[in-house]
Amino acid sequence: MSTPVSTPAPAGSGASPSGAPVDEPRRSGGRRVVDKLIRARELGLIVVLAAIVLITGILEPAFWNADSLSDTVLNVAIIAVMTAGMTLVIVTRNIDLSVGSILALSAFLCGDLLAKNPDMPWIVGVLLAVVIGAACGLLNGVLVTWGRVPALVVTLGTMYALRGVAFLVTGGRQINAQDLPDSFLKLGSGSVLGVPTLILVALVVIIIFWFVTRDFAWGRQLYAIGSSGRSGGHAAKLAGLKSDRRVTQAFVISGALAGLGGAMFAARYGTVDATAGQGYELRVIGAAVVGGVAIAGGSGSVLGAAIGAVVLGTIQTALIVLKIDDFWQQAAVGALILVAIALDRLIANQSEALLRQRSARRRTAA
Amino acid sequence: MSTMTSTPSGTAPDRTPDAPKTTAGESPVKAFLGRWETLILALIVVVFLVGQAISTEFLTGDSLTSGTADFAEYALLALPLTLIIATGEIDLSVASILALSSAVMGSLWNAGLPMEAIIPICFVVGAVCGAFNGWLVTGLGLPSLAVTIGTLALFRGLAFVVLGDESVTSFPAAYTDWGFGNFAGTPVPNPIVLFLVLAVLFALVLHRTPLGRSIFAIGANKEAARFSGLRVDRIQFRLFVLSGVIAALAGIILTLRNSTAAGNVGEGFELTAIAAVVLGGVSIFGGTGTIGGVLLALILLAGIQKALNLDPDISTYWVQIVTGILLVGSVLGPNIAARVREARRINTRGARPTRPGRPAEAQTGPGGEGNTNA
Repeated sequence: MSTPVSTPAPAGSGASPSGAPVDEPRRSGGRRVVDKLIRARELGLIVVLAAIVLITGILEPAFWNADSLSDTVLNVAIIAVMTAGMTLVIVTRNIDLSVGSILALSAFLCGDLLAKNPDMPWIVGVLLAVVIGAACGLLNGVLVTWGRVPALVVTLGTMYALRGVAFLVTGGRQINAQDLPDSFLKLGSGSVLGVPTLILVALVVIIIFWFVTRDFAWGRQLYAIGSSGRSGGHAAKLAGLKSDRRVTQAFVISGALAGLGGAMFAARYGTVDATAGQGYELRVIGAAVVGGVAIAGGSGSVLGAAIGAVVLGTIQTALIVLKIDDFWQQAAVGALILVAIALDRLIANQSEALLRQRSARRRTAA
Repeated sequence: MSTMTSTPSGTAPDRTPDAPKTTAGESPVKAFLGRWETLILALIVVVFLVGQAISTEFLTGDSLTSGTADFAEYALLALPLTLIIATGEIDLSVASILALSSAVMGSLWNAGLPMEAIIPICFVVGAVCGAFNGWLVTGLGLPSLAVTIGTLALFRGLAFVVLGDESVTSFPAAYTDWGFGNFAGTPVPNPIVLFLVLAVLFALVLHRTPLGRSIFAIGANKEAARFSGLRVDRIQFRLFVLSGVIAALAGIILTLRNSTAAGNVGEGFELTAIAAVVLGGVSIFGGTGTIGGVLLALILLAGIQKALNLDPDISTYWVQIVTGILLVGSVLGPNIAARVREARRINTRGARPTRPGRPAEAQTGPGGEGNTNA
């Protein structure tokens, strides 16, 4: 924010190697400011997180207890994986309400397959869950792009329909931990090199999609689509982006990650019935919003969303550890979401003012 | 983007109930057949025939009484939601306000307040919740979808804070009898009578008053509405307050009907109410829709639920599947029909040797984009 007026070009290329076409030096200067603000947002979240952890830890040392910590992170892992997919969808100015139902369907079918074939390698079950999720996501994406049905309507519909299908498929049955092979359950409780497996999975997913959306043309196009009007990225279409295809891909990824979340759910809890993941859609969207993903599309990062998921999960554990009435949990989550979006608006207003100031200064200089 | 270019009447030709432009040259019969409401009506007939085939109990007074009574809360929530969605906003927090109203009712009754004092307090709570939503949306300019996802959690959480996980069941018989009872010897439940009165009021306001026209104008193009002198923020703020008040009313009715107040009542009601509004032909992006259409959609959804619940062999989860398919189909169908029509129109005129793509693009552009917004 200090003096980078003179040589914006190297700064711009440093910030975004293969980002949106940098046709004007002015824009790269703007990008820098926005970049900084986004980074400030992620830093702010980490500060909030640290504050929650420290205060809780000081008030109630039992919080440092390994069990409570690992419980938190394991629960967050599933939400964080789904939040990564949700971020891609929201960035394109769409929304996916069906992830909870996709989780239930894929978790059950994955668990059912492994319970019936105990000798089958667990990876087949996980792949099945991902494929089922991706198929559901493809359905959402095609209805949104080809069918031109608003995402809110499509995914509200598939949320109902897929939950119904999950109930039909389960037929009232429930999968229990003793039905599942040990190798699969170990995914949920085991660890690799001291890091719990589920956390590792979540980290890999988050890092992959963070890089893809930050440094690759494919990812930047999602942002272009989301910030160009509400009719499915009209300006992005005119600019030659295959916006329908990108939006469909975002839905497929969101579905696939919800499917992966289903497999993680089955491995972690061992108990799966048709009500699994009910209400997860709002937790996932809430995490993304707290993490700075604008519901109006075009901004926010996968990393921020993941931190948002961690913040929400930590608050829930903190309230439990502090023995504050359980009942405050939901209210706290709601309040946090509201604070987050209000803060985002403030930052957006400020960055807009900053950019305007800067271009005014440049105009007077020229 | 596209709202700036498309006129209100051009947004969704086949879902605009009173679209005089598209049906100007056609006979009244054809215009009637082309209306969205007619399609819903036909579906209702199908559902009632199927229901009758499933069980002879379906068309009895008893089943209709219980079937409509069970839908009273969805129906009430759908009324203000219709107006809010018609302005292009959304309110996901209605079911949580309903629960908060129920929880407040329960805890105040436990505290020994008389019902005459409790009910107005519940309305005030609903109005305050709605005003909070409205302030965040119009005062701070935040997107209503994000705001009401937040307040959905917040108000539901407050409901639990107020009443914990206990439930209050000792309400006075004079009030619960009204909730259970039917209207003056008819098989129509009292809450439904109240709903019908409100529905008529809402229909009059939306379709016969300047306020109603303003609501559609805001939904069609907020900027244009603002520039033409409509007090957009004030109208939207009041609609959110109204939504809160009606949600509180629904909470009171649900509490009396079940004679139970609890923090977890009505979970997921907001989605059923939104489903009814969208199915009723109200564009989720605002600008079009009728209360009549929503009313028919409510009858359709209630009919499906009742019909499928009557047969023990049919899994109740088919209700969810059918609702989901109808919801998507209600927007997808007209979109595909519009595309087919466009394609045919281009084909009949298409002998002109122009550059490929361009004229077709220009033709499908506005219509197609409009439907995306519809």
